[in-house]
Amino acid sequence: MISLAGRDILHSWSKFVLTGLGLGLLIGVTFTMAGVYRGMVDDAKVLLNNSGADLWVVQKDTLGPYAEPSSVHDDVYRSLLGIPGVAQAANVTYLTMQVRLGETDVRAMVVGFVPGEPGEPRYLIAGRRVTRSHYEAVADVNAGFAVGDRIRIRRHDYTVVGLTRRMVSSGGDPMVFIPLKDAQEAQFLKDNDAIVNERARTAGNPALNRPGVPGLLDAIEASQTSGRTVNAVLVRVAMGHDPERVAAELRRWKHVEAYTRAQMEDILIAKLIATASKQIGMFLVILTIVSAAIVAFIIYTMTLGKIREIAVLKLIGTHNSTIASMILQQALWLGVIGFAVGKIAATIWGPAFPRYVLLEPWDAVVGFGIVMLVCVLASTLAIRAALRVDPAAAIGG
Amino acid sequence: MGIQIEGLSKRYGDGPTAVEALKDVNMSVAPGEVVGLIGPSGSGKTTLLKCLGAVIEPTRGRMTLGGQVIYDGGWKIADLRVLRRDRIGFIFQAPYLIPFLDATDNVALLPMLSGQSNSAARARARELLEALDVAHRAKALPAELSGGEQQRVSIARALANRPPVILADEPTAPLDSERGLAVMRILHQLASQYATAIIVVTHDEKIIPTFKRTYHIRDGRTVEEAGTGRAGASVTASGAPG
Repeated sequence: MISLAGRDILHSWSKFVLTGLGLGLLIGVTFTMAGVYRGMVDDAKVLLNNSGADLWVVQKDTLGPYAEPSSVHDDVYRSLLGIPGVAQAANVTYLTMQVRLGETDVRAMVVGFVPGEPGEPRYLIAGRRVTRSHYEAVADVNAGFAVGDRIRIRRHDYTVVGLTRRMVSSGGDPMVFIPLKDAQEAQFLKDNDAIVNERARTAGNPALNRPGVPGLLDAIEASQTSGRTVNAVLVRVAMGHDPERVAAELRRWKHVEAYTRAQMEDILIAKLIATASKQIGMFLVILTIVSAAIVAFIIYTMTLGKIREIAVLKLIGTHNSTIASMILQQALWLGVIGFAVGKIAATIWGPAFPRYVLLEPWDAVVGFGIVMLVCVLASTLAIRAALRVDPAAAIGG
Repeated sequence: MGIQIEGLSKRYGDGPTAVEALKDVNMSVAPGEVVGLIGPSGSGKTTLLKCLGAVIEPTRGRMTLGGQVIYDGGWKIADLRVLRRDRIGFIFQAPYLIPFLDATDNVALLPMLSGQSNSAARARARELLEALDVAHRAKALPAELSGGEQQRVSIARALANRPPVILADEPTAPLDSERGLAVMRILHQLASQYATAIIVVTHDEKIIPTFKRTYHIRDGRTVEEAGTGRAGASVTASGAPG
């Protein structure tokens, strides 16, 4: 038996290809949306992996440092080093801000880290690591900086000495790594007028400027202008120790919150990007419905255009299942063309997106299944119309 | 053999609005015979054709096809689709060929639907296209064929499963007189060649003389007229009545 669907497709291939192209672009957008979500998840995992930490120690009762503000004294890391199982502990700060390059601003997450300790970017794609104590930076390539660029963070200029990759915040902002002391200053430093005002206000307070206590005012002013806190302490657990147990010890003795990598992954993925994933999920549902409507409309229209031929086919004894199969096959072929175009389109335009778009092979397999299912469902309307055609319609004017 | 109809009636609707489209129609067409079914619009020609084609059910009467009773107050055949496929050929006013199949496959489709292998079905199609003098257009799609060629392919399709009866619904309507007469010549030749009973519904005055017998249908009743014209065999090769 010849393939009626195949012959029809070959006969009107341009209509099929153009329709498949349109559908494919829609499917490509759907894949890209899924890829954006996968990219967000992967970015979160890469962020955690590249930090080189096993535990994140943050302010008690917070989900910091990525999901909630967290403030920990910058000497806490010393006491953490005394806990059995802690091999390394290092302070880090995170601050999302505008970083200036020439006349342009780039939104970035500025990370303060201690060179050689957890928190330092592990891989560079260009340049070198930060070796000086001040005013050097390593930036994610997405920031658009080049090695040698001079960037401004608050009052100070930094030289970009290295570039890294896939180091972005949960919001997609590229990270800029600078020495911890500089980052602390950037986080807490006020402008000169504010400092002068604050000093005058402190000096005018009789409780803080007691005549009989020399040096008190100086000490208070010094504490007001220097940052002695960090957002988190990154801990690397010694070989042979269970991070979960070490985290429990830290929580018990140090009045801090300690998260393992799995917990931090859960915070980043399940909590931080939960709203974004729901948003993307809604888009996926809408795009799927739109795709189904398009396939249904096209197949239905094409079927209506063949009503007389279908009546003739039925009159000369063609089984209903043969006619239904012809329509179903056409819908499925439309889906196959759409899927192929969509996959290729998403692969081509994915890298052009500002955020990382991760197209997982398994997503493509699931996507193919959904496209086929949508095509089957969409063809039911046309099949129903075809099966209702009265063979008697072929006879008479 | 051939087809016999006795007391066939068809009523549409019920009660006072019911329409009696066919009233005790009697008709008989022998194998190898071509008869005309003539009548004005609304006389019941199409309804009769649909009853004969087993696409609508008569209200009462009896129909025999190839010696087998197919209707006697109810259908006597379980699967009417198979009956239409294997035992009735249809020729339509317009050829209604499947636009995405070439001439060969348009004809071969029926044998294929009956379960014949593709090669056997195509061999049968080529044989018929040869007989109808359109073998040179075997690979052409319907859109590439002239009106006359399309109608000849549709005649070949009607003959593909060697049906004992062919129902032709105004087969010459879209053709000019010369081509119309050529089609009639073909039908007469094929009727005698394949011993097929052919009923031709027509308005076309020019082809009426080609029938040996005609049935006039008026207000749902048939009246047989014998010897209304010359035999189809006397139609000349050029298609003009001789």
